[in-house]
Amino acid sequence: MNAELAAPPKLVVNNLNFHYGTERALKDINLSIPEKMVTAFIGPSGCGKSTLLRTFNRMYELYPRQKASGEILLDGNNILDKKQDLNTLRAKIGMVFQKPTPFPMSIYDNIAFGAKLYENLSRYDMDERVEWALKKAALWTEAKDKLKQSGTGLSGGQQQRLCIARAIAVKPQVLLLDEPTSALDPISTAHIEKLIDELKAEFTIVIVTHNMQQAARVSDYTAYMYLGNLIEFGDTSTVFTNPKRKETEDYITGRFG
Amino acid sequence: MNLLPLYTRRRLINALGLGISVLAMLFGLFWLGWILWTLLDNGIPGLSLAVFTQMTPPPGSKGGLLNAIVGSLMMTSIATIIGTPIGILAGTYLAEFGQRGWLAPTTRFINDVLLSAPSIVIGLFIYAIYVVRVGHFSGWGGALALSILVIPIVIRTTENMLRLVPNTLREAAAALGAPQWKVINFVTLRAARAGILTGIMLAVARISGETAPLLFTSLNNQFWSSNMNQPMANLPVVIFQFAMSPYDDWHTLAWAGALLITFSVLTLNILARVLFRQRATTH
Amino acid sequence: MPMFLREARLKRQNWLDFLFRNVTRFFAFAVLALLLTLIIALIIGSWPAINAFGFRFFGSSEWNPVTEEFGALIPIVGTLTTSAIALLIAIPVSFGIAIFLTELSPRWLRRPLGIAIELLAGIPSIIYGMWGLFVFAPLFADYIEPWLTKHIGPIPLLGPFFSGPPMGIGVLTAGIILAIMVIPFIASVMRDVFEVVPTLLKESAYGLGATTWEVMWKVVLPYTKIGVVGGIMLGLGRALGETMAVTFVIGNAHELNKSLLMPGNSISSALANEFNEAVGELYTSALIELGLILFFITFVVLSLARYMLYKLAKREGHTT
Repeated sequence: MNAELAAPPKLVVNNLNFHYGTERALKDINLSIPEKMVTAFIGPSGCGKSTLLRTFNRMYELYPRQKASGEILLDGNNILDKKQDLNTLRAKIGMVFQKPTPFPMSIYDNIAFGAKLYENLSRYDMDERVEWALKKAALWTEAKDKLKQSGTGLSGGQQQRLCIARAIAVKPQVLLLDEPTSALDPISTAHIEKLIDELKAEFTIVIVTHNMQQAARVSDYTAYMYLGNLIEFGDTSTVFTNPKRKETEDYITGRFG
Repeated sequence: MNLLPLYTRRRLINALGLGISVLAMLFGLFWLGWILWTLLDNGIPGLSLAVFTQMTPPPGSKGGLLNAIVGSLMMTSIATIIGTPIGILAGTYLAEFGQRGWLAPTTRFINDVLLSAPSIVIGLFIYAIYVVRVGHFSGWGGALALSILVIPIVIRTTENMLRLVPNTLREAAAALGAPQWKVINFVTLRAARAGILTGIMLAVARISGETAPLLFTSLNNQFWSSNMNQPMANLPVVIFQFAMSPYDDWHTLAWAGALLITFSVLTLNILARVLFRQRATTH
Repeated sequence: MPMFLREARLKRQNWLDFLFRNVTRFFAFAVLALLLTLIIALIIGSWPAINAFGFRFFGSSEWNPVTEEFGALIPIVGTLTTSAIALLIAIPVSFGIAIFLTELSPRWLRRPLGIAIELLAGIPSIIYGMWGLFVFAPLFADYIEPWLTKHIGPIPLLGPFFSGPPMGIGVLTAGIILAIMVIPFIASVMRDVFEVVPTLLKESAYGLGATTWEVMWKVVLPYTKIGVVGGIMLGLGRALGETMAVTFVIGNAHELNKSLLMPGNSISSALANEFNEAVGELYTSALIELGLILFFITFVVLSLARYMLYKLAKREGHTT
């Protein structure tokens, strides 16, 4: 499914199928995700939106009996290729999860952990990088005096921003957000949404959300999925105000789901 | 019984059953109390400075338990040092790489069986493969036998504790591009640290009271010996030999040793639980 | 970072991954190898005895180091009898304790009581033995045994099991001490197993007006049957292999007695008492064969126990 994109595509999905054991969770997905824009995946739970997101960094490889087939092109290279190294792929495509996942170490080390993996940074450069990431994630003012403290001591909203800072400290090209605000209160949610808007200047962002208003607020493009099928994809205002498919309209107007 | 209304009968049975359950609980506590009281009653009179400064005496004279205490400490430490890394590595395999293949389920099963295998058989085993080869009893033999008891306990707790670490934490680390060995060593094992430490403490508690596996391996030594290649004195076997002897002086020392062992073991047990509970509630 | 550096780093990481995975796998495999070596070592050690006595070993009550004639019947019977007595006492008591801990105890008492029971399991077995020999056995000889002989002795069929002079030490004493030792094991497994019963299930039964006893007996117990049996088998495994607690109080006599008040022997106590003094290849080898038999019996019992506990855990995994 191709819509007119206002930017060159960063990720191109061709005929993607996904299986959990014998269950087919994604069916022939075709989709292009534009560079440095926010693309949202919406749909009822179990529709495959998270599954689709998790194929972009091949997170499913951690589990047995999960398989993807087809093509996902990142800047023209197929990342589903067997020769693709998983760790480099994941360094290029960052991810933030539903629940905050601070590592059991200090705030500083949380952020340095990923940055250290692929770059040899001097002490000074690392300090800079941590500060940069925390500033980007709008956590610097709150965290600058307690960098040595454990990341698990922060509040839920702060923890999630820490995870965003940790993800961008690696300087990925794409940022995957898997329902990043579902465990947060409204104020923290507003913080993160504002952040997403600022981050898209530098990163291509894909967000999965169960909250349609959120998709409408933060995204430039929206994909509606249902039962493993991509039903509709287009720019967000069109999908929400003038959907082409009846299923999309039913879902958006709250007639089901 | 039919003369009673049904509901009254049900209530009676309930009261009876629950009453018995309370009695059962008291029954269990009763033995614990009795045994601990006996230990204090018989052990405290025997405790003196000499216990910690003098060697085990020949029958009919006074002495202490110094060589036995030192021997026990040495063998227990060495057994823990040998057994812990093996246990942690194998436990890590079961928890982190064990989703596919036959090895993990088989190992898990065998390990659970070894966890409660008779310790005297472990002693026989080390006797057959080590003591016979070397030609004499030795501290190394004792430490080896004890380390075989440590391994299954550490494997079990390592696996359990790693499984308590949420998968999202692994995913989050992998999502940064971290290779698996880094994810496990710097994130998952770290998150499970307190729990694994608890397991190690419980393992130490378990082996510090073990007697049976030492009988055929380290045996005993009446004199000071810090040479791991010689038969080595240790508290449990000394207690066993002294308690089974007809001499009163030896009995007194045996009680003092029993008190020492029991209270260190119980302290370790309680400490391990308190430690883990505190960690568990901060998350 | 230049491309070639990145490549080199990548190769190193992949190699470290490979190394780490295989080192852990090696140690997981080492556990299996350990078991295998253990069995082989015991078989080799007992080979002279297996050769000399064959199956006769199991049926013979002979145990004569002078004529080098050995049979395992007495220790096997002793091990089985003491364990059976232990289970007979421990099962109902453990069940009661588990009910108390899951249903009756006030919440604030649960943890301390649970720990107290686990401490009972933590006391080294040699302490049970000493306590049994010096404290329990004399009281048993003075008060309980005469009473048993007097009141049960005259009953036909049952009587012969409780006759003879009150000595304090013997098969029955060993069984009782073993019971006290395994109660905490069985009770804590039962408690854990009872706690997996979904609260909703219990609440529905209470909602129908069932009493606590009925909920335990008719809902919780059937629901957790496999796990409870697994816990009992686990306790049995412990009882069969226990050495020190038994050695102190069983009397160490190579006699086959009908009376439970008389001294006897168990596999583990025969080993503990005789192994270091055994002279001659055949004597040592007969003792190692005893160890092999003990290992085999406990292995079967413990395997069954684990199998049952896994089955319960698996079912839980599916329903939740």
